[in-house]
Amino acid sequence: MPAFQRLIRHPWSLGLLGILTVLLLWWITTASGSVNKLFLPSPQAVWLAGQQQWTSGLLLKDALASIQRVFIGFAMSAGLALPVGIAMGTSPVICRLLEPLMGLIRYMPAPAFIPLLIIYFGLDELPKVLLIFIGTFFFNTLMIMDSVKFVPRELMETARTLGGRTLPILVKVVAPFIAPQVLDTYRINMASAWNLVIVAELVAATEGLGKRISLAQRFLRTDEIFMGLIVIGLIGLLIDLGFRAVMRRACAWAN
Amino acid sequence: MHLQIADVSKTFGYGARAKQVLRNVSFAVHSGEFVALVGSSGSGKSTVMRLIAGLEQPSAGTISMDGRPITAPGSDRGMVFQKYSLYPWLTAAENVAFGMELQGRPRQEIRERTGYFLEVVGLADAARRLPRELSGGMQQRVAIARALAAEPQVLLLDEPFGALDIQIRESMQEFLHTLWQRTGLTALLITHDLEEALLLAGTVHIMAPSPGRIVRSVRVDLDRSSLAKLRLSRPFLDLREELAADLRGLEPALAA
Ligand SMILES: Nc1ncnc2c1ncn2[C@@H]1O[C@H](COP(=O)(O)OP(=O)(O)OP(=O)(O)O)[C@@H](O)[C@H]1O
Ligand SMILES: [Mg+2]
Repeated sequence: MPAFQRLIRHPWSLGLLGILTVLLLWWITTASGSVNKLFLPSPQAVWLAGQQQWTSGLLLKDALASIQRVFIGFAMSAGLALPVGIAMGTSPVICRLLEPLMGLIRYMPAPAFIPLLIIYFGLDELPKVLLIFIGTFFFNTLMIMDSVKFVPRELMETARTLGGRTLPILVKVVAPFIAPQVLDTYRINMASAWNLVIVAELVAATEGLGKRISLAQRFLRTDEIFMGLIVIGLIGLLIDLGFRAVMRRACAWAN
Repeated sequence: MHLQIADVSKTFGYGARAKQVLRNVSFAVHSGEFVALVGSSGSGKSTVMRLIAGLEQPSAGTISMDGRPITAPGSDRGMVFQKYSLYPWLTAAENVAFGMELQGRPRQEIRERTGYFLEVVGLADAARRLPRELSGGMQQRVAIARALAAEPQVLLLDEPFGALDIQIRESMQEFLHTLWQRTGLTALLITHDLEEALLLAGTVHIMAPSPGRIVRSVRVDLDRSSLAKLRLSRPFLDLREELAADLRGLEPALAA
């Protein structure tokens, strides 16, 4: 059965099989009627809830609101972490100055900042964006710093003996060398950003996927909760795959 | 061009941890010369090279080029490291062009010189390949082309063939010899392979460890019209044996 073997070897087929199995189990469980529909809605009910929210435009509006927060907060975090991480990775002085501080703050759970952020900035967009920033900036910075420390000494010294000065070396040697690790760092920490935006919206928001879930809870609409969770997962997966695609194209040399 | 290393000492660390790695090292390299430093592992050869490159500062003594003391790295001293130091994200041609781009040369000139130096090292066909697609010997030739393209007055080679297997090594020695004859470059070669030093260099300095110092300097005036013949010729073998005996005498483990 070569066709079957080829199917099995395809990198996605097993993963797809796992997902389909869970879907099937879910469907069987609900169809058998052994679990209260209120606790476990059927796949069809979730699909219907999704369709309904899609036609009303609510789903798109919520998704865009969440995505926008994530992108603004994460762009700030990623944009600032890059120079700070590179500075810490190249200068022992800056590293010794900032590393203990960052190591400490990194272990403070970001959601614990929510009360403070609400006191300082109210319930607008700013506290949510800042939460994503706080929750990812320190991880981004420290991981970028580490990647800079792995730039081989020979590569920097070669550039110096070719007449390179500090800034051109940072731009032409350090930056390209760490690019794959930086993209991977962003990909990994993007997952926390995506988690945090939902947490922030659960606490206080007028729109967003997290907000929709907490509203659904109030009306015991588990089908909407399931729908929200699945959409959140799917968007996260898409972002992840996007990062991987960029990495494959831009950093072919590192594969 | 006149490179002068005068009474140079180098100590790493301070206080109780201080370790003298070089003591009173002196020698000179003139335009067009090929000079080699030979010594066992730890005799401070790489340290000498790094001092000349300006990557380290001497603790005592001076290193000067045409009378001006060396304080920092500069493109007048090109360096080739033992470990492959090509930029893995750049093609062979882009690697060769790298130094010239740092120097801010005009684009047209960079293109022409890149083509020329790839030709010189025999890698015109590999221009678009990434380093990982090149063999070890090819990678080192690209590194040499990159150093030469930046127009250094002296080429510093720190065990450039140390990681290559013996056949490739011999062909790289031929290559370097031909390159030296063709381009009239000035080179300082570090190696722990006595044969390599005697084959290629007009002057060979022998270094001993703990602390690193030059214990003997020889002029090698042999007929280099064919390296293959030279390798097997009587005077060459005699000189090699004599210096090898010297080197063995310096080995503390074996002398004891
Ligand atoms: N930055 C440094 N700090 C402390 N010690 C150093 C430093 N660089 C070199 N050394 C010491 O100096 C000695 C000479 O090192 P060097 O690399 O110059 O030797 P070498 O002759 O090039 O050896 P090899 O043939 O193994 O390359 C070694 O004992 C090494 O441990
Ligand atoms: Mg060495």
